[in-house]
Amino acid sequence: MSVTHIGAVGSDLGRIEGPAKVTGEARYAAEQDHLHDVAYVWPVQSRIAKGTVRWIDDDPIRALPQVLAVLTPDNAPRLQPPDDGELAVLQSRTVSYRGQFVAAVVAQTLETAREAAGQLQVDYDSESHDVQLTADHSQLYRPGEPDAGFVSDTDEGDVDAALETAAFSVDHTYETPAQHNNPMEPHATLAVWDGDELTLYDSNQGAYSVQQSLAKLFGLDPAAVHVLNEHVGGGFGSKGTARPNAVLAAMAARVVQRPVKLALHRHHMFAVVGYRTPTIQRIRLGADADGRLSAIAHDVVEQTSTVLEFVEQTAVATRLLYAAPNRRTTHRIARLDVPTPRWMRAPGECPGMYALESAMDELAIECGLDPIEVRIRNEPHCDPETGKPWSSRSLVECLHRGADLFGWAERDPRPATRTEGSWQVGTGVAASTYPAYAAASSATARADADGTYRVRITASDIGTGARTALTQIAAGALHVPTDLVRVDIGDSAFGQATIAGGSMGTASWGWAVTKACVELREEVERRGDIPGDGIEVRAETSAEIKARTGYTFQGFGAQFAEARVNVDTGEVRVPRLLGMFGVGRIINPRTARSQLIGGMTMGLSMALHEEGVLDPAFGDYVNHDLAEYHVATCADVTDIRAQWLDEQDQHVNPMGSKGIGEIGIVGTAAAVANAVHHASGVRIRDLPIRLDKLLGRLPTRIG
Amino acid sequence: MRAFEFVRADTADAAVRTVAAHPEAKFLGGGTNLVDLMKLGVERPDLLVDVTRLPFGSVDVEPGGTVRIGTNVRNSALAAHPAVRTGLPVLSQALLAGASGQLRNMATVGGNLLQRTRCVYFQDVTKPCNKREPGSGCPARQGVHRNLAILGASEDCLATHPSDLAVALAALDARVAITGPDGNRDIPLAQLHRLPGDHPEQDTTLRHGDLITSITVPPLAFAERSAYRKVRDRASYAFAVASVAAALDVDDGVVRDIRLAFGAVAHKPWRAHAAEEALRGQPATAASFRAAAETELAAAETLRDNGFKVPLIINIIVRTLGDLAGERS
Repeated sequence: MSVTHIGAVGSDLGRIEGPAKVTGEARYAAEQDHLHDVAYVWPVQSRIAKGTVRWIDDDPIRALPQVLAVLTPDNAPRLQPPDDGELAVLQSRTVSYRGQFVAAVVAQTLETAREAAGQLQVDYDSESHDVQLTADHSQLYRPGEPDAGFVSDTDEGDVDAALETAAFSVDHTYETPAQHNNPMEPHATLAVWDGDELTLYDSNQGAYSVQQSLAKLFGLDPAAVHVLNEHVGGGFGSKGTARPNAVLAAMAARVVQRPVKLALHRHHMFAVVGYRTPTIQRIRLGADADGRLSAIAHDVVEQTSTVLEFVEQTAVATRLLYAAPNRRTTHRIARLDVPTPRWMRAPGECPGMYALESAMDELAIECGLDPIEVRIRNEPHCDPETGKPWSSRSLVECLHRGADLFGWAERDPRPATRTEGSWQVGTGVAASTYPAYAAASSATARADADGTYRVRITASDIGTGARTALTQIAAGALHVPTDLVRVDIGDSAFGQATIAGGSMGTASWGWAVTKACVELREEVERRGDIPGDGIEVRAETSAEIKARTGYTFQGFGAQFAEARVNVDTGEVRVPRLLGMFGVGRIINPRTARSQLIGGMTMGLSMALHEEGVLDPAFGDYVNHDLAEYHVATCADVTDIRAQWLDEQDQHVNPMGSKGIGEIGIVGTAAAVANAVHHASGVRIRDLPIRLDKLLGRLPTRIG
Repeated sequence: MRAFEFVRADTADAAVRTVAAHPEAKFLGGGTNLVDLMKLGVERPDLLVDVTRLPFGSVDVEPGGTVRIGTNVRNSALAAHPAVRTGLPVLSQALLAGASGQLRNMATVGGNLLQRTRCVYFQDVTKPCNKREPGSGCPARQGVHRNLAILGASEDCLATHPSDLAVALAALDARVAITGPDGNRDIPLAQLHRLPGDHPEQDTTLRHGDLITSITVPPLAFAERSAYRKVRDRASYAFAVASVAAALDVDDGVVRDIRLAFGAVAHKPWRAHAAEEALRGQPATAASFRAAAETELAAAETLRDNGFKVPLIINIIVRTLGDLAGERS
């Protein structure tokens, strides 16, 4: 009998927890209802952007029926100082931005807590604030280390001299606004103390990381902190570390000696969970007469808060995407009295590639070349920054294959020449790229005498399909069908594992799962049987991760968009999006497709809609709900397709897979902006591409 | 949310009496706006009187062609009603351009007319707003006002009325039947909403305890040739940045009669009487449509970020009227 591993790697196994999710059986953090004496905490947010809390009139609130406690900077439990100042919840009277938590009310019901929090009188000594990022802000400085361990600046060759002598050049500034993570499930925590042991049901992207953070803050042994995140309704980076909700719930539970629940309101999320910094990016490109780049310069200006220096690595993709002998990238940052920006899907690559790939489109037009051809002419044979070979790189093939499927060959390059009724029609292309990271993780694999297998790993399924993919990886490594394998995730008790972030979850967890399962299979084969108490193997991958050198590991893709611009109104519609990706081996085509089109949808949303609108007088993002902060609706997303090459990569990891959680959002906005230019002849260099930005610049065809 | 009591009214009289007797009571229809505002602390009633069981749930076409719409008719039901779909396309299109399917299934026609502004300052109780807290100030004038009023605003308030339905009804000369503590009355829709002036806290001319019971749309010979054009920042589920409701009667290339109203430009649905007057008897051409639109918009007062609404409204008037004129031929 031939062995078929049904549902093993490469097949489109349905989500294992899908039925539980659609029937409501799957319980998210705030839905845990097995405890009977749960109290609720509601945060009070600062109404000034900078200054000090002078006085909190908490006695009248404490006297209200059902109110259990009022937490203030004066009475809140003291915490050990955190690395992330956002976690020093209620540890000082200093106000660093509007919306920061300055107090909280704990009550027997959610409604009472919220109403009482609204009534709490807080007086401030306010100072003048500075919340507006500008290209020439007086406080700009060169930061120590951008996110993910990159250097702030790189400089090779002589960019200025090369630009002087370039046959063709482009010099433009592109801007992206603040963009806010809005996973469907808000950040939520149920905190339960048992003596000095803390259990957190918490919506996060890494239970192990939250366990370590909370243990440190509360001065506990990590073993005394238990973090559970069995189901998570999205994160996009905003749940990548412990957030203030986890700290506040744990504090409140300690004070009232009852379990305490906190689900953030959508308004809170625009202040305390992180967002993508606005960026101001100057791109200069120089090319020879054949369109070959002689110089690339990418100078980035962005913001962080006074609470934490977070520097989005916006220019890093520019360091490796195209060959050019002279290259320079810089990041400059201003610490403003604003909420702390943090990770949002593809931090760095996402805003940076909007700018670079818009500029490449402008260069193609300058050179009179097809935008695909100009990219192909600048394909580097190795990583231009490090000189390392690519573990695999399929950008050119993605461009070719995508062009075939999209019907690029018939494209007339002239802008603003096609109309259908009131609509101008155009198409655009952009490259995508994202690193294929991996981080050390540990996993346990167990064989039981009844022939079933159980894998435990502190992975997080934030809606990606991670549980399903890991089940396939485990079954593949064990050489058994998936229905004999159960993968348990979302529990810090399963030991160290990396977060669902950096598109490295499946690669990192899958590596540990593969190692544990291969060792278990070999052990079972060696013994010939499984004893009554089973066999258990634990594996850990730090040695493998450390040995992972010698190549640049990076996924690539090409995105194609059709845009329509209404000549009467400036409305933009995107009837077609096509993404072609080279991202190694696809573990599960069903969940992979969802990841990729999800990223592309978010990229479309970035192109056309998303914008945190800052009120300079108050210092906050005023459109702090989903009625005012627009994300793309179903009606905005019509024909969207994601496909991939059969890319083989033996170097990247044992599965041959590259992360796919983020690459889908990279380049989409540039493809849309380039298509809008092709349709209308109008180049929008500041996102989102709103109708009022186009309206005055379109041809008047009426009358 | 402030704790509140909830009662379900059995008769309109009882509903009116109950609300009239409680200064902080509110009628509850579909709740799609009121309940949201209660959660935000913008509305703080101590009593909700649910009127959705009152017998105002039907759409009737009276002899002579007047369409009477009960206040409790759900937006989705009105949009789908055959007499509306075929006889009053502007009304059906306006309804279907609003909100989402789920919201339209809940929202009632009467409640829709009484929606409150989407101005971000009105909706944020931590900030000043003359509409919410008279005398506290209007941060929108210097702050975020891209989608606020260009017509009929005051120093105190730049709010716009968010309803699509009301714009279509304004164009159609609808009337509103009201029962209240002082008895019954029937007013033109144009007199329901008001401009902000010195009292932006008053959205409408209704007094406390007044209950809308029905809306009537009088017959209009050319209502079948009508349309609603809504421009918004995404393809669905967004309030208008500008909208036009229009009905056009063209005879031999000449505008015989016209009804025109704008949305998202003022504190009330904006009936464009000046443009209508300018167009009657004029050739049905883009040039005269544009001239009439410019006549109406001459009164516009724009701020730093909302000036785009003027050319936007003009363009959609020209296009919408052009399309309607073309249908004739």
